[in-house]
Amino acid sequence: MNTTVATPQSETGAFFAILRRDLYVTWSELPIFLAQVILQPLFVLFVFGKLLGSLGYTRSVYASLLFPGMLALTVIITSMQTLAFPLVVEFGWTKEIEDRLLAPLRLGLVAAEKIVFAALRGVIAAALMIPVGILVLGSIPWRWSALPLFLGVLILAALLGAGLGLVLGTLVPPNQINAVLSLVFTPLLFTGCSQYPWPSLARLHWFQIITAGNPITYASEGLRAALVPSVPHIRPWISLTILVAALALLIAIGIGGFYRRAVD
Amino acid sequence: MNRSVVEVRDLVKRYPRSPVNAVDAISFSVEHGEVFGLLGPNGAGKTTTVGVLTTRIRPTSGSAVVADVDVLRQPTLARGRLGVVPQRSNLDRSLSIRNNLIFHAAYHGIPASERGARADVLLEQFGLRERAKTKPDFISGGQSQRIMIARALMHEPHVLFLDEPTTGLDPAARLFVWDRLRELRQRRVTIVLTTHDMHEAAQLADRAAIMDHGKLLAIDTPQALVRSLPGAATLELAAEILDGGSADEVFAALRGLPGVEAVERVQAQPQTNGRLSPVLADPEQAGSETTHALRVRLYVSGDAPMLVAPAASTFAEHRLAITDVKLGNPTLEDVFIHLTGRTLR
Repeated sequence: MNTTVATPQSETGAFFAILRRDLYVTWSELPIFLAQVILQPLFVLFVFGKLLGSLGYTRSVYASLLFPGMLALTVIITSMQTLAFPLVVEFGWTKEIEDRLLAPLRLGLVAAEKIVFAALRGVIAAALMIPVGILVLGSIPWRWSALPLFLGVLILAALLGAGLGLVLGTLVPPNQINAVLSLVFTPLLFTGCSQYPWPSLARLHWFQIITAGNPITYASEGLRAALVPSVPHIRPWISLTILVAALALLIAIGIGGFYRRAVD
Repeated sequence: MNRSVVEVRDLVKRYPRSPVNAVDAISFSVEHGEVFGLLGPNGAGKTTTVGVLTTRIRPTSGSAVVADVDVLRQPTLARGRLGVVPQRSNLDRSLSIRNNLIFHAAYHGIPASERGARADVLLEQFGLRERAKTKPDFISGGQSQRIMIARALMHEPHVLFLDEPTTGLDPAARLFVWDRLRELRQRRVTIVLTTHDMHEAAQLADRAAIMDHGKLLAIDTPQALVRSLPGAATLELAAEILDGGSADEVFAALRGLPGVEAVERVQAQPQTNGRLSPVLADPEQAGSETTHALRVRLYVSGDAPMLVAPAASTFAEHRLAITDVKLGNPTLEDVFIHLTGRTLR
């Protein structure tokens, strides 16, 4: 007889099995992951933080305000990229996700695993950025006393990027994902206050308003508050509050979208 | 042991913005150990039905119970008890074939210590041992189908759902899959399969449900479905008319035989034995042939072979010498045509 189920399935067990699958795949494709994460911030830090400074076009303080901004950007973009495009492909073409949608756990937990995994990749990217920053810039701004704020903003930023990826990956129709990603990507990249502090935009008020609408701004400002408090920045409690609110909104929309894609 | 493993009642699914029901109030049940075939053309609603039973589609109304679990109320629990083999490959392309099986088992809570051994047994059984380390991108359609069946069996489901398991496979791959499914049937694994191939249903299914436009038109064993066809079996007889014989009289006599629903004269098909073909090679000569030879087809309800002897005596009585006998058995395809007025493809 072939009708005995070996063990009573637990949803937690299934959740961690799926997470293990994602980590296993990341591990087996480690060089690709590293290149994906490191290349862009490496060049940005080198050109804007090091090169322009040594050529005398920027002041030395610029590198120290650029670093936290690039850290925020890298975390969010890495988490977002982990989910957005792969999710569209899995739902739309390869259907690879089906075996996990048919696993004995609630679909919300499958989506939650996606978020946790993407956020983990974002945090790993941040951890990699620290040696990259030291290597390129010679030294990076660091304050042990601000570690709780630093970690808090970092984790929120990682989850935020994952939420953004979940929303894009489930709401954008497969045939439009390329267009949408490039339309979303570039503005996100340049309006997130990663390359400039937000308060300094007061002179360019219209742009300051635009950047206020990009959640990456609050991650950049939050990390700046932690690492280089001497640079004018948005107050940390405001940044944290907006990050939490944006995260809640994105996750609600994203999980809704996930259910719509997973069940007809 | 005769208990229902699948129980579907008044199931309806209407997709948003569709004027008709994809599944239109169907009911059926599948017994333990049974192979149940859902048979119908593309778009009949088979895949939607399986989608509901496997928790991937929410029905508009009705109920569905799989392995004692209401799939609408407890989809998570139901997923642990069912296995799914989809129409198109959905293998995890980032994992090797063996790891596809191993991780599937992990999702379903099979202890780590058992996963490897189970995977190896199934890989062996499905002829995949040499491909164990290959990634799914590098294998054929027939092999993906086998891997997906093996994967679905990793958590020993109460019931296995297969959606068009051999569509698009070459004949050898199809036979291999059929053989594996027959083995599962021998092990009394409950199977629900959809197919638009009547032959496949006749080969594999203990019972088949014929589905069209979202409705179930008939459910029975393939043999009973075929037997239910009025006059679908045929008996074809060719004869030479001897001196004093009469074609017209033999016609009337054949019509009177029990079980014969109709008799018609047919143009003889070219025969390889050469007896009739020289006469009929030219259709213009078909008229002149009537004086020498006759070919008739009897439409029979019930068993056509039983009519061979009485038909032969009738011919002999009327001085006709039989030259050829051919039995035509109806197929599920004929049943489908009878029920819907259309061919399958």
